[in-house]
Amino acid sequence: MATTQTFGGGVHPHEIGNGKNATNSQPIVNAAAPARVTIAMSQHLGAPAACCVKVGDVVNMGQVIGEAQGAISAPVHASVSGKVVAVSTCVLASGKSVPAVVIDNDYEDRWDESVKACENVDALSAQDIVDIARSCGVVGLGGATFPTAVKLNTASLDPKPDTLVINGSECEPYLTSDHRLMVECAEQIIDGIRFAMKATGVSCAKVGIENNKPDAIEAMKAAATDGIEIVALPAKYPQGYEKMLIYALTGRRVPNGKLPSAVQCIVMNVATCASLSDAVRKGQPVIDRIVTVAGRVANPCNLRVRIGVPLLDVIDQVGGMTDGVRKLICGGPMMGKTMSTLNTPITKNFSAFLPLGEESVSAEESACIRCGRCMRACPMGLMPAKMDALVRHGDYAGAIALGALNCMECGSCTYSCPAKRELLQAIKVAKCIGGNIKA
Amino acid sequence: MSKYVVSCSPHLRDNVSTRSIMQDVCIAMLPACIAGVLFFGYRAAIILVLSVAAAVLSEKFYCKAAHIKDTTGDFSAVVTGMLLAMNLSSTVPYWMPVVGSIIAILLVKMIFGGIGQNFMNPALAARAILALSWATAMNTFATPAFGNLAGVDTIASATPIAGGSYTMTQLLLGNIPGTIGETCKIALLAGAAYLLYRQVISWHIPVAFIASFAVCCLIWSGFDMNVVLTQLLSGGLILGAFFMATDYSTSPATTKGKIIFGLGCGLLLFVFRCCKKTPAEWCSFAILLMNVVSPLIERVTGNKSFGEVKK
Repeated sequence: MATTQTFGGGVHPHEIGNGKNATNSQPIVNAAAPARVTIAMSQHLGAPAACCVKVGDVVNMGQVIGEAQGAISAPVHASVSGKVVAVSTCVLASGKSVPAVVIDNDYEDRWDESVKACENVDALSAQDIVDIARSCGVVGLGGATFPTAVKLNTASLDPKPDTLVINGSECEPYLTSDHRLMVECAEQIIDGIRFAMKATGVSCAKVGIENNKPDAIEAMKAAATDGIEIVALPAKYPQGYEKMLIYALTGRRVPNGKLPSAVQCIVMNVATCASLSDAVRKGQPVIDRIVTVAGRVANPCNLRVRIGVPLLDVIDQVGGMTDGVRKLICGGPMMGKTMSTLNTPITKNFSAFLPLGEESVSAEESACIRCGRCMRACPMGLMPAKMDALVRHGDYAGAIALGALNCMECGSCTYSCPAKRELLQAIKVAKCIGGNIKA
Repeated sequence: MSKYVVSCSPHLRDNVSTRSIMQDVCIAMLPACIAGVLFFGYRAAIILVLSVAAAVLSEKFYCKAAHIKDTTGDFSAVVTGMLLAMNLSSTVPYWMPVVGSIIAILLVKMIFGGIGQNFMNPALAARAILALSWATAMNTFATPAFGNLAGVDTIASATPIAGGSYTMTQLLLGNIPGTIGETCKIALLAGAAYLLYRQVISWHIPVAFIASFAVCCLIWSGFDMNVVLTQLLSGGLILGAFFMATDYSTSPATTKGKIIFGLGCGLLLFVFRCCKKTPAEWCSFAILLMNVVSPLIERVTGNKSFGEVKK
């Protein structure tokens, strides 16, 4: 296995949770077709899509129901065939209330006529692939949901990117959806990587996978073709954050406040690559995703769930929640958002659903003992405890001056704090208030 | 109202807590304390108990009087009490550890805001006040007698610092005159290894401290290794470098800062010990002086962020 450099800091939450074992050896299960889906119009970074159907319309699977608005946006597609029963709003895991289309499933799974397989994929130009990614609503499935078409459109970039960095690290505890995808669909992922390479004109792709997934590394190595390198990385959180991943795979540091393109890199998640392959070869838009359902549920597993299925349905599929659930988490336990209701629908960024118990509720905080653990844990080299102290004194500008805006909110500081202080929360407050003061 | 908790991420926490860290420090100091009792008899044990009890009770009293949450559960007062006793001679009167602990907790720690807020190491500051106020009592040491718990010869004898001559084995094992916790270097080093293994402390301060002191001694002695080793194993250097200079509140949190802090401690100790021919031990004063400049060091050695690159 290739040895690579890794970032300073980081934490090892796997050793505490060790929640991956519950699901990492089971095949992905297709969830039963839902009776009703609630599809949010804002499932991506950028402008929300504009709803283009009305109540009473009969829609087909894969039909556009929300049109992309502006340059950074993505269309939204129907994940079932059936009848539109409402155009209203829904509350996402982030707590935001957004417009949504509610469709009753007719269980026919009738594909829309716009969905058709590409006859000659080799004839597609770079621009064709970008266009397909846009029309199929492909977005970053790692969690950030940045529209993939925008990422792949490198025509205006200077300097030109030279490396495609593929994220297969899946460093969050409990999460195994990317892991299982790499084991089961390695060829499809590699296929998607090749389309991304073609679209961006990049000849070198590096896939970083944490070394706690030897079966995924093996499967990906077997499927890899020329120009695609599979690299085993040390299992350390947050290895999958794009700046850390770029550093591990290329040795380049993305400057503060800059995007990966500043160091000639484009970062994509393995699941995004798989959906890009589906989009290009089969013309299929993103209508489902793999969700790790683990924690306090009867049968933890990875489910392939249609976009728009409410959490209540997801829970039924895994035998219900067990006792003692205190938090409902969308995403991983380190960066995931908590939800107050099970009515939240699955969106494109819903990598996991984790009902966790008392262990996820923080203990009462005590005074900072200045041990420096937060500083050593911070992969960005920041001083969380100092920023926390400033924020508590209302000095948001001071926290910004210490680099609060460089924080990527991985939560390593709060995780490692022996005094159980909410350091990340303080930094988020500083970013929110202090950022505005400065602007 | 939903029955589910909504909060900021992360939703997992490391098992390490303030209490577990302080308990680790106590565990690490235990071997040296036991060695102290074995060498200096029952008086050492009584002083340890009195010191810890006074420290914990003072903190309890302060919390009650100030109407704040009782913080004694974090074990930091136990650490302060143990450290103070380890820095006292076994011959001091029994009221002295009690007075020392009260000074340490009330005057040095709690009125500045409690754990993490004090600008000097409480145990060391208390020791310094005791040493300046009752110099004779603080500088009278018993001759050790291994296993003679009933009590040892209290005739004042010369410590290695004060010119006493001892073999290397004696210096390592600790059957030499000195304070309760500083003499047995093997026990101290075992405790230090435990702290390093548990990642309670990092190597930067102790290594910088001991190395800078050793280098100065080496040059000063005309490259006589025997003098250097004797100096290293004498007095409170090992205890100070691993257990007192590494105090979180009073040392810089940055890596670069830690090294500067350690270097400063070593240099000051060298100046005090070698250029000033007094029989007293100056290790605690070297650390205290560096404690005072620690915030300054931390300020000028701020971390470099990951994405800070040359333009």
